[in-house]
Amino acid sequence: MGKTLAEKILSLKSGLDAVAGRIVVAQVDLVFLQDGTGPLSIRQFEKEFKKVFDPQRVALFIDHASPSPRKELSGDHIFLRHFARKQDCRLYDVGEGVCHQLVAEELASPGNVILGADSHTSTAGGLGAFACGMGSTDIAVALALGETWLRVPQSFKVELEGRLGKGVYTKDLALHLIGKIGADGATYKALEFGGDMASDMDISSRLTLANMCVETGAKAGLFPSDEVTREFLRSQGRENCFIPVSPDADAVYEHIIKVNVSKLEPTVSLPHAVDTTSPIEEVKGMRVDQVCIGTCTNGRLPDLEVAATILKGRKCHPHTRLLITPASRRIFQEALGLGLLQIFMEAGAVILPPGCASCVGVHQGILGDGEVCLSTANRNFQGRMGNPSSFIYLGSPASAAAAAVKGEIADPREFL
Amino acid sequence: MLEGKAYRMADNISTDHIIPGRFFHLRSNLPELAKHVLEDADPNFKQKVKAGDFLVAGKNFGLGSSREHAALVLKLSGIGGILAHSVARIFYRNAINIGLPVVICDTHNVSHGDELHLDLRKGVVEDKTQGTTLSLSEVPQVMLDILACGGLLPYIKKYGRFNV
Repeated sequence: MGKTLAEKILSLKSGLDAVAGRIVVAQVDLVFLQDGTGPLSIRQFEKEFKKVFDPQRVALFIDHASPSPRKELSGDHIFLRHFARKQDCRLYDVGEGVCHQLVAEELASPGNVILGADSHTSTAGGLGAFACGMGSTDIAVALALGETWLRVPQSFKVELEGRLGKGVYTKDLALHLIGKIGADGATYKALEFGGDMASDMDISSRLTLANMCVETGAKAGLFPSDEVTREFLRSQGRENCFIPVSPDADAVYEHIIKVNVSKLEPTVSLPHAVDTTSPIEEVKGMRVDQVCIGTCTNGRLPDLEVAATILKGRKCHPHTRLLITPASRRIFQEALGLGLLQIFMEAGAVILPPGCASCVGVHQGILGDGEVCLSTANRNFQGRMGNPSSFIYLGSPASAAAAAVKGEIADPREFL
Repeated sequence: MLEGKAYRMADNISTDHIIPGRFFHLRSNLPELAKHVLEDADPNFKQKVKAGDFLVAGKNFGLGSSREHAALVLKLSGIGGILAHSVARIFYRNAINIGLPVVICDTHNVSHGDELHLDLRKGVVEDKTQGTTLSLSEVPQVMLDILACGGLLPYIKKYGRFNV
């Protein structure tokens, strides 16, 4: 019987016939943590263990509260830096970017098993890695042993066909899928993407989709690796990390979800649930106080380019703040080189340092009571951006840029 | 066997409800962090909850962030166990890893204040108030073993590795 991508990777990493439903112990290629979950992870680690299993396969990131807005968090950062020095492992400090983007740029390879102390670890599935978010104690043990237990997930195959229309992007597709599957519709499952449209998709878009798989409850979101993956790795100076990974033609899936993307419209998630989605048409005109473009979901160069296309020669609406956060230093520099940051500044935007910005509600754009935000992030739960009395809509970078210009939710196609 | 009273919660309680990001700076100070447990979902939770209570939730309890602090602050507030119609994956592992039992069963008919007896080995919850018995979804043996040890660290201390 053929294997899914998840079954194949987990068979390779467990040395067992990893069929869906079986519990396996898998070797881990990369374990990482960030400043929100890392200090607890390290305290748990230090209760039982002394050395990490392999310093080359461990990375720490300071991205969630970065630069630190509070002395308590500055203390946590010192604690992480000290651990990284003591264990001789990599630390990405303030301003380097969001962990998931840096993992994709520098660390993740097809066929890897990656564990991160962050729910959006699934992002690296865009490169063909089985990447899975876990909590601090699971990560503490993985840091020490270099392995973890996993229930091999059943997979849903998501077959993507057609071509996205003008003004419609992968983010709209991601939100559409989450609306269709539901916030718990794929709990404990893997989502595996295929079809012509998935093969044609660039890595930035694959990372966006894999990132948001966790919003259906999924354990992982996976793309096969192909020439697009190889080219991305080459652009990062890591072509030697490429291996082809793909599911067997006769793999068994729990469900097959077919989407013809040609029919999609610009889509938004309404407050306070990611799976409460709506065509943007139905919420047009809703006043927006703040627009955020960035995060591990949509802070990559193609996202910024789309926003710049709309913002070029236009100004933000007087009652709307526009915050733009490139997902990594590399993206920041590329955007600078292409003149995108100049366009944003002229439009009246605030450019924030690479990192998680206001997405987790810690700093850099906490919403006021009753305020409405349109964000390109992945979550809009009540209180997510620091204020339970505020309202978050999720949308594409194009929808975000259109809202910034119009001061209200607007169809980005009006500006393209 | 664990005994406690039901404390009812709604569907889709996220980790942002349990412990929101605006208290991020208190994560290294768990007693202070725990003062804010569930305050956005149920402002009086901290005052009303009693040691040993079972949180009885609807679907997709604990969705969202991987923050293990969400499970920790519930445990620190005296919650003895969680019954839910369904549980988000990372929260599920986190709770078991800190020795907080989480079980999946049909919670629709459990009312606030019901007297509950949880027997993990038999895989049932008895609702003494309603006179009903709820059967639990199967829990993987590795999770039962971790719970029996009181959490993942004591489990690894005992076995030296994952014993599956």
